[in-house]
Amino acid sequence: MQQTVDFQNRSHNALGDPQIRKNFRSAMDGLIQKRRQAFPEREALEQLRWKGEKIKANALSKLPALLAQLEENCVKNGIQVHWAETVEEANHIVLDIMNRHDAKQLIKGKSMVSEEMDLNHFLEQHGIECLESDLGEFIIQLINEKPSHIIAPAIHMNRLQVAKLFNEKFPEIPYTDDVDTMTRNARDILRRKFYEAPVGLSGVNFAVAETGTLCLVENEGNGRMCATVPQVHIAVTGIEKVVEKLSDIPTLLRLLTRSATGQPITTYFNMINAPRQSGEKDGPKEVHLVLLDNGRSRIFQDAELISTLRCIRCGACMNNCPVYARIGGHAYGTTIPGPIGSILEPQKSGLDELGDLPTASTLCGACAEVCPVRIPIPKLLNRLRFEKNRTDETGSVKGAGSGREWKEATLWKLWQILHATPPLYRIGVKIITRLRGLMPTQLGPWTSVRKAPRIAKKSLHELAQEEGFDHE
Amino acid sequence: MSNARERIFRRLQQAETGIQIDYDSTFTTNIEMTKAERIAHFCERMTSVSAEVHVTAKDQWLTKLKGIVKEKQLNNLLYAAEGPLGDALTATWTDEDLPPLISKSADIDEWKDELFFGIDAAITSSRAGIAETGTLVIWPTEQEPRTYSLVPPIHIAVLYSDRLYTSFEETIKKEQWRGGMPSNVLLISGPSKSADIEQTLAYGVHGPTELIVLLISE
Ligand code: SF4
Repeated sequence: MQQTVDFQNRSHNALGDPQIRKNFRSAMDGLIQKRRQAFPEREALEQLRWKGEKIKANALSKLPALLAQLEENCVKNGIQVHWAETVEEANHIVLDIMNRHDAKQLIKGKSMVSEEMDLNHFLEQHGIECLESDLGEFIIQLINEKPSHIIAPAIHMNRLQVAKLFNEKFPEIPYTDDVDTMTRNARDILRRKFYEAPVGLSGVNFAVAETGTLCLVENEGNGRMCATVPQVHIAVTGIEKVVEKLSDIPTLLRLLTRSATGQPITTYFNMINAPRQSGEKDGPKEVHLVLLDNGRSRIFQDAELISTLRCIRCGACMNNCPVYARIGGHAYGTTIPGPIGSILEPQKSGLDELGDLPTASTLCGACAEVCPVRIPIPKLLNRLRFEKNRTDETGSVKGAGSGREWKEATLWKLWQILHATPPLYRIGVKIITRLRGLMPTQLGPWTSVRKAPRIAKKSLHELAQEEGFDHE
Repeated sequence: MSNARERIFRRLQQAETGIQIDYDSTFTTNIEMTKAERIAHFCERMTSVSAEVHVTAKDQWLTKLKGIVKEKQLNNLLYAAEGPLGDALTATWTDEDLPPLISKSADIDEWKDELFFGIDAAITSSRAGIAETGTLVIWPTEQEPRTYSLVPPIHIAVLYSDRLYTSFEETIKKEQWRGGMPSNVLLISGPSKSADIEQTLAYGVHGPTELIVLLISE
């Protein structure tokens, strides 16, 4: 269980790093506050969340039909649709498109699915330069880091850290730690890239089956640039992003932007229906949609876990999570961190690999309370803890049963027998209380910050009997 | 890759439960506004995200525009001569002290350099507006390409207030978007911005740094 060790080490290190603690705490406090202000009326919010849940649940209930409809409408509009079962397949689809255009440069808008694919790394091995254009992604790409938050990728860094980094990487630009000036500098650097890049790539927030529309939510305009200026636009997304109707969109948009950053709407809501039509003077000449499965259809098979796929990636669950706020996004070591990551990623990679993540929660319920599509995250965390330890072979979850340890299992078995057999119980308790001196004082991680519990001289039963209580 | 498609579909179809989800998927919100409220709300939202809004009259907007262009000391203004605002602009752009109006009929690819590095501002029409969120609906056409509202540092948009709807829901419904949309539809709510550095808001990232709306109230 190398991953387990890694996760514990990373969490430990993050907890001991005051800079990380401070950066996350203040960012999370701000985001929690903004979300709260964006939903002033409790009743209205609950109604909206309820509708959000229904919209996504409805889409999932008809997923194969809607995917077929989406494909049909996209193709009718001139968008080329590709299917990928694995990230390798998805990467090769993108590479093929690049090669067909003899393109050596890819300009990217923010896309968590491309992170899931580790696309940049893959393309770079094939001699293609990938440039992140979202400001946060641009910053972390400079130091070869992964996003620590799905909405704000560079949230783990503060202004001065960014200023220092810019100064190191672009020594020709005078040092500044003024956010406006740094933003303007990034604009100037990237403008040339938008101008030059032959192919642009983006994610998709919602794909509308009935019209074949790809919707993109953003503030910076880099997503629009990637999807508008280059001759070719590639959109990559998971198969769970499809919704049935255009009339589903306003509700989801309302929920997404308010839950994510507290904005009533983002600066841009970009609805892409088709590539450049004859007579039109701009826009990409080709638009490709890559639909990625990568374990989603497996999650789809479980009547309870399927709700994981309702996620609209707003980030509210991580902002409100007491664990995420303390250890930060990188500690999770997965593409998607936080509560949603802790249920999604182990299902994708298997509980044998990431079985520790469902335990990275206090089950306080804050995530489920804010989730705009009402995913019962704590319930699913519990379910995965159970799956990790189950003995039968019926579980559909990858790596089910991998966490079962014979010592623990035997102990519980004994406990069960003891409690189901009164005479045995009485004798057992007697022995335990009499031998209490043998109780070890070191109990692994439990005693690293606590004292070991001490067994009482007499059991509650005995004490009660002495006080004159009878068995009734 | 058609095999991938088949395999994905097979797995999904196997697991299908046939559960029906009941919900109201019509365009409904409980927000209602009068015309005056719509205008007030639109202006309030737009200015709160640093856009400039000028409420003006049908016979006044060109004068207003000229004032803005001079005040901002623009070197040029990109417009669509064949677009909905084309004739009015061409006909009145006669004052000596105005910067040149630029119109193009070629594909962007042929003058991309100028678009990216030579144009100060572009003016476009708007298909509609949304009061609740302070949003412009831009509906690019052959005459008014999509990059006009994206690449130049300043975007000026003209919006008629009879096209100002209360919500996004109402806009899609009344304008019957399901019946057909152009290649690209855009909702724009302010100049481009980012809060990626320390959650501090900065305007003017990759899209226009300024958004100016001329709202024609009657
Ligand atoms: S699980 Fe819910 S709260 Fe978390 S990112 Fe997804 S939609 Fe948002």
